[in-house]
Amino acid sequence: MNIIMPLVWIAAVCAAAMAAGWIFRTVAVAVSPRAIAKALKSAPLTASFGMLMILIYIVGAFLAPAIAPFSETEIVGREFQPWDDVHLLGTDSLGRDMLSRLIYGARNTVGIAFATTIIAFAIGSITGLLAATVGGWMDQTLSRAVDVLMAIPALIFSLLLLSIFGTSVVTLILVIAIIDSTRVFRLARSVALNIVVMDYIEAAKLRGEGLWRLITREILPNATAPLVAEFGLRFCFVFLTISALSFLGLGIQPPTADWGSMVKENATLITFGDITPLLPAGAIALLTVSVNFVVDWQLHRASGLKD
Amino acid sequence: MSHIWSMIGKRLALGLLTLFIVSVLIFLATELLPGDFAEEFLGQSATEETVAALRRELGLDQPMHIRYIDWLTGALQGDFGNSLSNRRPVSELIGGRFGNTLFLAAYAAAIAVPLSLALGILAALYRNSFFDRFANAAALTAISFPEFFLAYILIVWLAGAGGLFPSMANLRGDPSFGDMLYRTFLPALTMTLVVTAHMMRMTRAAIINLLASPYIEMARLKGMSPMRVVVKHALPNALAPIINVIALNLAYLITGVVLVEVVFVYPGLGQLMVDSVASRDMPVVQGVALIFAAAYVLLNLTADVLATLSNPRLVHRR
Repeated sequence: MNIIMPLVWIAAVCAAAMAAGWIFRTVAVAVSPRAIAKALKSAPLTASFGMLMILIYIVGAFLAPAIAPFSETEIVGREFQPWDDVHLLGTDSLGRDMLSRLIYGARNTVGIAFATTIIAFAIGSITGLLAATVGGWMDQTLSRAVDVLMAIPALIFSLLLLSIFGTSVVTLILVIAIIDSTRVFRLARSVALNIVVMDYIEAAKLRGEGLWRLITREILPNATAPLVAEFGLRFCFVFLTISALSFLGLGIQPPTADWGSMVKENATLITFGDITPLLPAGAIALLTVSVNFVVDWQLHRASGLKD
Repeated sequence: MSHIWSMIGKRLALGLLTLFIVSVLIFLATELLPGDFAEEFLGQSATEETVAALRRELGLDQPMHIRYIDWLTGALQGDFGNSLSNRRPVSELIGGRFGNTLFLAAYAAAIAVPLSLALGILAALYRNSFFDRFANAAALTAISFPEFFLAYILIVWLAGAGGLFPSMANLRGDPSFGDMLYRTFLPALTMTLVVTAHMMRMTRAAIINLLASPYIEMARLKGMSPMRVVVKHALPNALAPIINVIALNLAYLITGVVLVEVVFVYPGLGQLMVDSVASRDMPVVQGVALIFAAAYVLLNLTADVLATLSNPRLVHRR
């Protein structure tokens, strides 16, 4: 393949993406209520493009059975059929329809990553807020435990745990959620530490509010903004980790359609110059980029930075 | 000078302690299983005798602390026990592969560190220009890409049919140094792209943070060129965060090689670990995990010491 042509393509794709973002922003501003429209109007094109893409993924994930022409596990033809009218993106290493698996992948891969992130957040933020609020020995124990867990690189640690517990979706979700919750713990604790010293917390304590009420009603509402932004970033991280593990054959197991393992199964095609196996990888990349763009915009807005 | 040494000594002791706890964690992780590892590994069809034999082989019939001490003293002498799948000593399996992985990580670092520093300084210098915006968007995109996607894109683009570089980085036939650099160029480039993005963004942020300080204003007012202001005045004070992020990314390189090695079929530690995880070959997994974790802890330790040394205020803290 020529060396220069891809660069022209990249430029064209960027331009098309920005145009799509612009159209989406214009439409969204027109149809949404005034308060939201005002915020949307300030969105940069990258963020509007990100929102559009996230929306498409969500729709794809929910309507997968309706959109996909074939089922995700059914063998419908020969192996590695090229792109044609019936199988728009050809077939995979077992003769399953590539496009259908790509669409179902949105449901499986994104769904599992989302569930994992939620669990990681539940564990991390509850323990983090507890450590900051109770303080003393509780804070010391939890923080030192997290320090130790974080001293082992995340990917290596998850590989170690997966080899002990075996590879299944449930272990995958739990292992990644627990490892990732240490990062959430750090953030939740440091955010809450700044809130705990406020006067109104002191007042609430004197009023006799219990620990649970103190955390959920007084501290949590003031810690939401940074935690929400972190949720986006952590989702990207979890999503990439799960795809990586699936790519290594240690994550989501066949025959479930999953983007990471789809790349691995069809990788032989790449050496022949066929880019079909890159599509699932591209799907992963596109969603991560989109989420990052939106988070970037939200962080920028929240911090009030204007550089 | 003595307080610097005592500081380094304290950090080293702390690092050793961390390493010790990490080794306990890696070793005892097998204890998390209900039942024991021998039963789990052999599955349903195993007979009493085979389970007992594997238990003896792994030393599972001994109490936990004795097993740990045996393992640790062995590991310190380079003996990690035998692999479960092919009975060869783990140290033999790890041997040459460790060097290969280090070579790949060092190769990537040698390109990535100067490149990201230069790009970060340029982006800070020409902030909000087209170059800065483009570099930022490109960096954000590169961070968001899964490593294997970048790797395959590079293969399609630069390796393909009649391409410039080989798509598989095998080291067969004892290649010369130059030949090795050529064969491992694509894996090194993949890792470079991943870490450069992160380091560049941090370098830019660290420098821009400082540009608002009064002494920079002063330097600018006395007519210094912008380049000189950034390199002579801002950079030395931004060193601590930059050193930290470089070390973090080098640590990442050591673990990030796992995916890249698999894509390029490179005979390194990561490849070995992935294969062993799939076959649940615990002695190998533990050995490799310990090496990776040790490298990670050591790099973080080095970063900590260097960052402190680069800031006189931290060195002379009372």
